[in-house]
Amino acid sequence: MFQRLREDKALQGTLLILPTLAVMVGLLIIPLGLTLIISFGQRTADGGVIYTFTLDNYLRLVGITPGCGFKSECFDPLYANILWRSLTLALQTTALVILLAYPLSYFIARAPLKRRNTFLFMVLVPLWTNFVIRVYAWMMILRTQGVLNGILGWLANLLGLPFVPLEMLYTPSAVLVGMVYEFLPFMILPIYTSLEKIDPALYEAAADLGANAARTFLRVTLPLSMPGIVAGTILVFIPVMGTFIVSDILGGRQVILIGNLIQRQFLDARDPTFGSAASLILMVMTLIVTYFYTRKFGFGEEIVAV
Amino acid sequence: MNPNRRSPFVNLMTILVYGFLYLPIIVLITFSFNASKTNITFQGVVSQVGPLKMQGSLVVQSPCGPFHWFCELGKNKDVLNAARNTLTIAVTSTIISALIGTMAALALQRYNFRLKPFSQLSLYIPIVIPEIVMGIGILTLFSQLFTFLNSALGLTGDARLALGIGTVILSHIAFSVPFVTLVVQARLQGFDQSFEEAAMDLGANELVTFWRVTLPMLLPGVLSGALMAFTLSLDDFVITFFTNGPGSTTLPIYVYGLLRRIITPQVNALSTVWILLIFSAVFLLQRLQSRQA
Repeated sequence: MFQRLREDKALQGTLLILPTLAVMVGLLIIPLGLTLIISFGQRTADGGVIYTFTLDNYLRLVGITPGCGFKSECFDPLYANILWRSLTLALQTTALVILLAYPLSYFIARAPLKRRNTFLFMVLVPLWTNFVIRVYAWMMILRTQGVLNGILGWLANLLGLPFVPLEMLYTPSAVLVGMVYEFLPFMILPIYTSLEKIDPALYEAAADLGANAARTFLRVTLPLSMPGIVAGTILVFIPVMGTFIVSDILGGRQVILIGNLIQRQFLDARDPTFGSAASLILMVMTLIVTYFYTRKFGFGEEIVAV
Repeated sequence: MNPNRRSPFVNLMTILVYGFLYLPIIVLITFSFNASKTNITFQGVVSQVGPLKMQGSLVVQSPCGPFHWFCELGKNKDVLNAARNTLTIAVTSTIISALIGTMAALALQRYNFRLKPFSQLSLYIPIVIPEIVMGIGILTLFSQLFTFLNSALGLTGDARLALGIGTVILSHIAFSVPFVTLVVQARLQGFDQSFEEAAMDLGANELVTFWRVTLPMLLPGVLSGALMAFTLSLDDFVITFFTNGPGSTTLPIYVYGLLRRIITPQVNALSTVWILLIFSAVFLLQRLQSRQA
């Protein structure tokens, strides 16, 4: 037995991987399978599950009322709207995050070598407060008597202008700001990593060949930093799609995203079958976007850089 | 135009984005000294030291002076409990993930076996699926399993299996292991195996070679993987939200609960302490690393 273990390399490898594989199968793959099975089930009155095969949960998600047929009055867009809102909000967040992260990453990548680590460090510090605490900070800033209205009111007073406090909290924009804030650092790091790798000689070559700054950016810098943007997009888009705290705290009851929908099915509404179906739809949506995005632009090693 | 010259646009954007990143942090810290209990507007700091005196919702005098809310925090049993849970969960799940993740990285990088492609692929699952999907999956697994086991084994009362600190630790291991494995694997890829061959040539057996050569060279990778697992665990809200039970509340869960009720500057004091603790931990770690290098 011991002799065999010493000689059989395949057995050694299998034994080494076994604990991790057990965790991956037991706590990821089996739960996903279970979610799939339950999504075809029916709920009981006390929040339990009857294992059957019905597509009702999925039909409700895309707006078709089960058992009503395909008439127009049977179409209820409530859940389809939530899916659409989540997708557009995630896309808007990702686009805004790229626009904000790129110049900063560019600045850090072109800074003197000694200072780069300090600048990167400064990007990471805000991440050390907790995710939930950061949402709370934006609640303090955005509320009607909050910090931002305080600053605006003070400015208006200084200029002698009339000022009515703005209603900012519990709006879709508040949720967007919160999401952008939460995930910005996850875009800065990979874009920085890919920008830092660019050989400065390439810029000189572009300049020697007569390219101006804009052309150099479009034809040299941007294409070479694409792997960073792709990695950053994956690190931002996927969590934004599934987050429910930001919309819960900053959106009040006004902005309901798919994450909120799923959470409520498991806690308040107690319909795990519908929640499971929603969660699988969420997973499929993110996988489709990720697949087409990475197939078009490639999957960089930058993703491990974070 | 020389592209090495900084454009004013980039400079301006950099200042604005740093401002955006730090505004909430400054607000959090400032309001932890707020005299107003309702904490909606900043009403100045508690300036007098002495027995607690309130004027409406305003703290006029406190034994701790400006640090009133920090003292209140220290007396809050729920916070201390949550802090203890958070640390227990983070330390336990980090140690286990670092251990089994390093084993997995060695297996994937050094050995050939039948389940290798499948194992490698499974590590990418937590990166490409949203956390909430993982959270409700694990919740479903545990609740179905516990319902089954409780009735099969006839467990009643306190003996019943339920969500708690154990289920939280298991779920944290599940999202940490892939990160540790991938980081250590990346370290192993740029690894010169001739050192190990030299050790064997000099008469060291496999165990000694591993202990004296392989492990010391791997250690930086293992440490950075473990650090990542530790921060992921400290910061996690979503998965803990679905897998915690009574008595296993962590700090993020506790704060979330407060946000839906009444918030006093205690939450800000907690954030300030949190930032300072992590800042000093990272600072110490960097000093330690630079001394080793």
